[in-house]
Amino acid sequence: MSGYLLIESRDPFESKGFAQHCELALTLLGEGNSVTLFLVENAVLAARAAAKARDLDKLAKAGVRVLADKFALHERGIDARQVIAAVEPAELNALLAHLADGAKTLWN
Amino acid sequence: MSKTLTFLLMDAPYEQSRTSTAFRLIDLALQAGHGVRVFAYEGAVCLPLMHQQPHANAIHGRTVEEESHPTPRTWVSALIELAKAKGLPFDWVNCGLCVDERGASETIPGVRRGSPADFWKMNLESVNTLVIPTR
Repeated sequence: MSGYLLIESRDPFESKGFAQHCELALTLLGEGNSVTLFLVENAVLAARAAAKARDLDKLAKAGVRVLADKFALHERGIDARQVIAAVEPAELNALLAHLADGAKTLWN
Repeated sequence: MSKTLTFLLMDAPYEQSRTSTAFRLIDLALQAGHGVRVFAYEGAVCLPLMHQQPHANAIHGRTVEEESHPTPRTWVSALIELAKAKGLPFDWVNCGLCVDERGASETIPGVRRGSPADFWKMNLESVNTLVIPTR
């Protein structure tokens, strides 16, 4: 089993790449891999409850760990209480730890 | 345990938030005691240009000091100094072809010229490599 770290930086309302990255996460998970999706920059907009973005709920229910950069949330005025339960606000250190552990990493 | 991480950057300065995220990650890697190698490709070779200057903001009536405009070269310098202070290996390589295309050869001390072959070596010598692509 391999560990995958998918880093998503794009606004889900601006780019189809976001949804495609979510599909990739599910595919990798389905093949028996552990997968973490880390939202940075404008991708954290999907973590708002008001965004009604279903992709992240689906991922979390399937077993993908979804993290969102606290700095990016703060920059965009998104309070932790506005973040859906499927997403865990995290420091960028968490991303670095995956890198240092040798996770196969892909940035979108 | 100290490890070595490689980062490949492609974005030119002042254009994308990817640049500041990359600098945050590199800083965290050094703070955590990891060695860092950076391969700057395409527009990213302009990040450590020596003659970048902060400027005032006439529209808002702010002086150079008040505006405190960041220059990427100072961020690169800060990373080099942080690595030195911590005794960690740090290598910043600018792609030579990309430098020549842009006339971007005047960089701050601590930056060297190389080729994609250097990136390959960095990758082989690191526990992981993060490629931050441009769009």
